[in-house]
Amino acid sequence: MSTTATEQSKETTEAIKGGEFLIKETDAKDVFIPEEWSEEQKMIAQTCKDFLKQEILTRLDEIDSMKQPELMPSLLDKAGELGLLGTSVPEEYGGFGMNFNTSMLVTEVLGAGHSFAVAISAHTGIGTLPILYYGNDEQKAKYLPKLASGEWKASYCLTEPDSGSDANSGKTKAKLTDDGKHYIINGQKMWITNGGFADVFIVFAKIDDDKNLSAFIVEKDFGGITMNEEEKKMGIKGSSTRQIFFNDCKVPVENMLSERENGFKIAVNILNIGRIKLGAAAIGGSKAVIDNAVNYANERKQFGTAISSFGAIKHKLAEMATKVYASESAHYRAGQNIDDAYERLVQNGMEPAKARLKSVEEFAIECAILKVHGSEILDYVTDEGVQIYGGMGFSAESPMDRAYRDARINRIFEGTNEINRMLCIDMLLKRAMKGHLDLMKPAMEVQKELMSIPDFGASDDETLFAKEKKALLNLKKAGLMVAGAAVQKFMQKLSSEQEILMNLADMLIEGYVAESCLLRVEKLVAQKGEDAMKIEADMMRVYLYEAVEKAASAGKEAIYAFAQGDEQRMMLMGLKRFTKLEPFNLKDARRRIADHIIEKNEYTF
Amino acid sequence: MKILVCITHVPDTTSRISFTNGDTEFDKSGVQYIIGPYDDYALARAVELKEQSGGTITVLNVGTAETEPTIRKALAIGADEAIRVNAEPTDSLFVANEIANVAKDAGYDLILMGRESIDFNGGMVHGMVGELLGLPSVSPVMTLDLDGDTAKMTREIEGGKETIEVKLPFVAGCQEPIAEWKIPNMRGIMSARTKPLNVVEPSSQAAATKLEKYEMPPAKGEVKMIDADNVEELVNLLKNEAKVI
Repeated sequence: MSTTATEQSKETTEAIKGGEFLIKETDAKDVFIPEEWSEEQKMIAQTCKDFLKQEILTRLDEIDSMKQPELMPSLLDKAGELGLLGTSVPEEYGGFGMNFNTSMLVTEVLGAGHSFAVAISAHTGIGTLPILYYGNDEQKAKYLPKLASGEWKASYCLTEPDSGSDANSGKTKAKLTDDGKHYIINGQKMWITNGGFADVFIVFAKIDDDKNLSAFIVEKDFGGITMNEEEKKMGIKGSSTRQIFFNDCKVPVENMLSERENGFKIAVNILNIGRIKLGAAAIGGSKAVIDNAVNYANERKQFGTAISSFGAIKHKLAEMATKVYASESAHYRAGQNIDDAYERLVQNGMEPAKARLKSVEEFAIECAILKVHGSEILDYVTDEGVQIYGGMGFSAESPMDRAYRDARINRIFEGTNEINRMLCIDMLLKRAMKGHLDLMKPAMEVQKELMSIPDFGASDDETLFAKEKKALLNLKKAGLMVAGAAVQKFMQKLSSEQEILMNLADMLIEGYVAESCLLRVEKLVAQKGEDAMKIEADMMRVYLYEAVEKAASAGKEAIYAFAQGDEQRMMLMGLKRFTKLEPFNLKDARRRIADHIIEKNEYTF
Repeated sequence: MKILVCITHVPDTTSRISFTNGDTEFDKSGVQYIIGPYDDYALARAVELKEQSGGTITVLNVGTAETEPTIRKALAIGADEAIRVNAEPTDSLFVANEIANVAKDAGYDLILMGRESIDFNGGMVHGMVGELLGLPSVSPVMTLDLDGDTAKMTREIEGGKETIEVKLPFVAGCQEPIAEWKIPNMRGIMSARTKPLNVVEPSSQAAATKLEKYEMPPAKGEVKMIDADNVEELVNLLKNEAKVI
């Protein structure tokens, strides 16, 4: 199922490359926006909402208590009956072959399901996708129908006690038996989501003294698998998390996924997909928190009036909604880019599973950006949610307690946000070095612009969002300027300047999200007129303003860290020029945004 | 077995209700619409009956094109085809006339609907449809089982319930616990787009009533909590402030 809204322009434009947003302007008509969901996609989202309401949200305490080990698998079974475990699985293997954006929409809505969201994401994502994308026909035919229906539950065993972010350093070993028919796996894995009830484990291990990991499909019944008790965790308490031991676990050779030593690549590529979907799930969680928070603020009276009438609370509600709106814009923009890239590759003759992987790999920078952004806005939103609830927010009786604790893990798993920040810059620079992305020319142009006479006057371009577009373009220039100078300064050693990489990543992330938000609003205004989109335009301007401020701050920190003397002075002047903003009354804009949410008593965008 | 399920397209139960145009129109902006919850029970029971004894389910809605997503949802839940009478559902008699017009020669064995809609809550359409078609009409039906050409139903009555038997065909206004709401599954959603949704024009029956204006219920007053030990203050407030004793 593909969305037709962008098809016409798709045919006429060149293929968009991952990371290219930094150096190329995007036409608003080419981006997908959530307002373009088809009737069918909306119905799928509604099914997910109804399922959460009927089966999950009434049982959150029961789920988190972990007193009934059968509860979570039985809920996954129910999701399976509705078809929610098979959205990404092709129809020939018992699934529904939905496109990437639709599967991300499912993830988003179910993202409000707390521990259940983690269980279903792990099953359908990192549990099922390695077989879907790297399995051979026999492996797919054997496992995918059972995983799509929920008859078998899956988990993903990569992390080890001494091998977390440095995933390829794992010590788990696989040894071929003398008869060549089995691999014997020995080792220890930890933080295994769904571990307690999984029937299938995707296990990463090194064969003999290989440098790189290999991946195996291991069934629970192969034997040699033992596990510790459930981990006691800060949040997502109802999600099964186990330490798993493989002691002479005998795996048939035909259960190796892909080729020997291809495991690390599988792990990385599957995590790419997991990352953007984690961001989407965080959006779903954030929207639920906003709904609860605005509801509470409308009900709770202090000084004789609802607390939602106070400016300080309005500020919070507006900020929460704005961040979610911007992040959502970026997620589905990237999702559609992935879908479009997939369609192109398949049209050019690539096998679908390979094309899906390749399309996600192309947008790996965006996936990393969105993992970071989604998980951080979820933390922001839940934190402010607690604050709006006041004393009640600190009570374990309020929904904010669970939301706050459950949110925290998202900045850690699927690659910590620090790793992902470094990855975005690393991937960007590698693509530039390989000639896939021409960062050099735009960076040189920015350098040249720095030497030229600055443009002091305000823009007289009165076309729609001309000022905002200029501010965004300048934000990107600021990023290019600082990144270009840092590369020149450190060359190969930049990778050990992690603090600077974090600064650069922040500039990149803010630029991408602000641009996505601007493109969404621009497209909406073109469709529905400026008057109908006033609140959306306010959110876009508030986000853009804050994004530029953040980029300015990150850029300054980086410049202080590596430039001295005249060079430092010149760069600081350039940064000031590129992050200059015309005055904008943020307070009034936030009030308008908040008033809308308060009137509707929910997040309605 | 041919089952007709009549559904309404109503604001979600959590919608904030407001009016426009001098309080003569319901403000639809930002409102999410759903299948009327009682109609949803009727549809769920129809799907169960079809699963037990086969047959076809037709859903019928009197409404403008904007109700089609709601109708598609009913198709996704398990109806085989749909009919939309292309008109605003202005009042109960108008809607009942349109339903009767569609049903009169179609040979439905069962005509099910909710006991009432949740927007205007008239609760009259099933009775009117029965009258117009000359069929028995039973409401509110809490259980419905079929045995050949006979249906056994229980209905809620003041302080209890009654069990009745009716020969097919008949009309029933349904309510819980007749069946559990069904969530459309992925397969249902994907097949809904290919199921027929026929649009027919209304049979030109004008509404019998004219709407003058809507009014919101008065805002809830503030609640004073009086401690159980402080009966004297309670009596004082009831006497002097609320002036009810």
